[in-house]
Amino acid sequence: MEKRSSQISMARARYKIVVISERCKECGICITVCPVKILEKSSLRNSRGFRYPVASDENRCIGCRLCEYSCPDLAIYIL
Amino acid sequence: MAVAVEHPLDKYVRTEKLPTLWCPGCTIGIIMTSLLRAIDQRIREGLLRRDQITFVGGIGCSARIAMYVRFDSVRTAHGRTIPLATAIKILRPEHKVIVVGGDGDICAIGGNHLLHALRRNMDLMIIIVNNMIYGMTGGQVSPTTPLKLYTTTTPYGNPEKPLNIIRLACSLGANFVARGSATHPHILQQIFYKALGKRGLALIEVLSSCPEIFGRHIGITDPVKSFMTLREKIKVKSNPSLDESEYDWERGFVIGVYLDKDDPGYIDNLSLLYKSLRGF
Amino acid sequence: MRIDYISGNRAIAEAAIASGLKFFAGYPITPSSDIFEYLAEELPRRGGYVIQFEDELASIYAVIGASWTCSKAMTATSGPGFSLLVEGISIAVMTETPLVIAYIMRAGPATGVPTKTGQYDVFQAEYGFHGGLPIPVFTPSNPQEAYDLTIKAFNTSEILRTPVVLLSDASIANMFGKVLIREAGEIEIIDRRSIEILRKKGCEWSLDDVYEMKCVGDGYDIYVETLTHDEKNIYRPTTDVQRRLMWRLYRKIMNNREVLFEYSFHNYGNKRCRNMIITYGSTFSSVSEAVRELNKNEKDFCVFKLKTLYPINEKIFYEKTRDVDKIFVVENNVGLYVKEIRSVVRDKDVISISVIDLEYPDPDEIVERVREWL
Repeated sequence: MEKRSSQISMARARYKIVVISERCKECGICITVCPVKILEKSSLRNSRGFRYPVASDENRCIGCRLCEYSCPDLAIYIL
Repeated sequence: MAVAVEHPLDKYVRTEKLPTLWCPGCTIGIIMTSLLRAIDQRIREGLLRRDQITFVGGIGCSARIAMYVRFDSVRTAHGRTIPLATAIKILRPEHKVIVVGGDGDICAIGGNHLLHALRRNMDLMIIIVNNMIYGMTGGQVSPTTPLKLYTTTTPYGNPEKPLNIIRLACSLGANFVARGSATHPHILQQIFYKALGKRGLALIEVLSSCPEIFGRHIGITDPVKSFMTLREKIKVKSNPSLDESEYDWERGFVIGVYLDKDDPGYIDNLSLLYKSLRGF
Repeated sequence: MRIDYISGNRAIAEAAIASGLKFFAGYPITPSSDIFEYLAEELPRRGGYVIQFEDELASIYAVIGASWTCSKAMTATSGPGFSLLVEGISIAVMTETPLVIAYIMRAGPATGVPTKTGQYDVFQAEYGFHGGLPIPVFTPSNPQEAYDLTIKAFNTSEILRTPVVLLSDASIANMFGKVLIREAGEIEIIDRRSIEILRKKGCEWSLDDVYEMKCVGDGYDIYVETLTHDEKNIYRPTTDVQRRLMWRLYRKIMNNREVLFEYSFHNYGNKRCRNMIITYGSTFSSVSEAVRELNKNEKDFCVFKLKTLYPINEKIFYEKTRDVDKIFVVENNVGLYVKEIRSVVRDKDVISISVIDLEYPDPDEIVERVREWL
């Protein structure tokens, strides 16, 4: 099965939040653990019907990587 | 726009098998990624070779970690991972052999093998993913299920006091005993990093959130609520004492490294005794 | 090459060493413990490992693990122990792991009489594990055969990637006899690494259904799967994959029936064999005495001694029983293997002579019981 993922990021941000949307299962843990609360559920769904996270304001990401470390599905990471 | 994006840990994962079969919110995935990060750290520091790592997994959701990692990986029957890993370690002593299993796989049916591996101080790394229930088969009681809890095989409540794995491991002679939690991945990664460098037996019990099965029995099935419930019960301590390993769902769990010593492991003992035989 | 006067158990151990055994895991159980003890002394001197585990379950899984490092591995046990390790055999069949189990039968179910003999477990040796697929079972009747069949057991397990049971019993374990011990340079020892070479070169084995084995530490990131898997070892729970897998594992053994079927046929100089006695294992000693007596009068008895119980080669049975009137199956149990004979030979009288005896059955009793049917 080909991996179709989308890169959600903005070029000017200090940290890039990359979401591999096809892997997300909408557990919501990353959204909850983010200390600056900049992740939220997208209005879009991946091919299995799950709403993956999007950054509401990527500029405020502090690069703590709690989302990356708390994701059970290797679906989000910080560059 | 379809762009192939690579997660930094993808090189250690059989990505063709993703997405994993674990439920949304199941924290086994967090344990797997923490372990892979610790392994990656050791590889980059030149302390571990990528082609000298072997995983052994049994049956159950936790054992599927062995299915998803891209290393030499052997699956076997329920509870019998430890003897199989023992043989592989004896014949390939340069390999790091990692046993992954759940609380049922390793402490119930595999209990006898666990006991002897601890006693022998066998040079293995045993990771017990403790979700306090038999998850894959639908929610039966396990040796670590809290007292009085409803499960499908104890519908009137669990009459058994749960097992304190930490106390068992410390009293039997393992070199490294630690408890971690999937809700604290940074600490878990540090514990794994230390354990990867140990000789003798390194046993790590990792508490894990199981929203679908255990969560159903305690009435909290939302993945985030289940995660946060477990997170609030965790207390972090450096060098906790054996009394603090007390295993109680009501009062919470203390995570940290309970024991860290460097006695000779089984392979050292065996090599010493066989040394005169073959000049090695 | 040397000649030694050794017991059946010791012959098994010597043959294992000659085959290149690298790892033995076991649990003490009478009457197989002396295989374990002899190997514990000898094998480490030759670069092998002998480890005592906490039970037979641990032993069989350790042997499976050892085999996955491409080392030859074996365990030895008796009836009660075999009952414990059967799940491991099922795992070995499914994952196609080469290994040898020396099964030294004792008397009776449960604890029985550990130091005395019997042939009670012929069905458990083949059918004990879940899954319903065939595995080879060899059964020697004296120390020389124990030696030769152990070599064959290891070769079979390596080339067909299957667990193999070497079915002996307490009498043969403690029977002393002259054994011609031939070692690695003098006999053919097969290693699983040479499957591809043998396939290209051509050999007597049918290797179409055997896949090459890659092991831990070879650098392939292998994945050993116990769930139903396709040719790439990926779990696929579909009828198509299951069917292909079951038939491949079945054919792997059954297509090699001819190579695997060992036996010896004794005509005693008679012109025609009217009455055939089929037997196996330690009972042969009593039968050969009894037949000497029977041939004094009747002069038409022959003995067909089986050295392979499974897989059964029907062709040889048809050939040998063509001109025979009656077939007697003499065994030291309530009449077990006779059922297999009956399903293969359907047009003759197959009579079960079951002589339960803690030691060698009395030949006179066999003569009497056979004569009742003449």
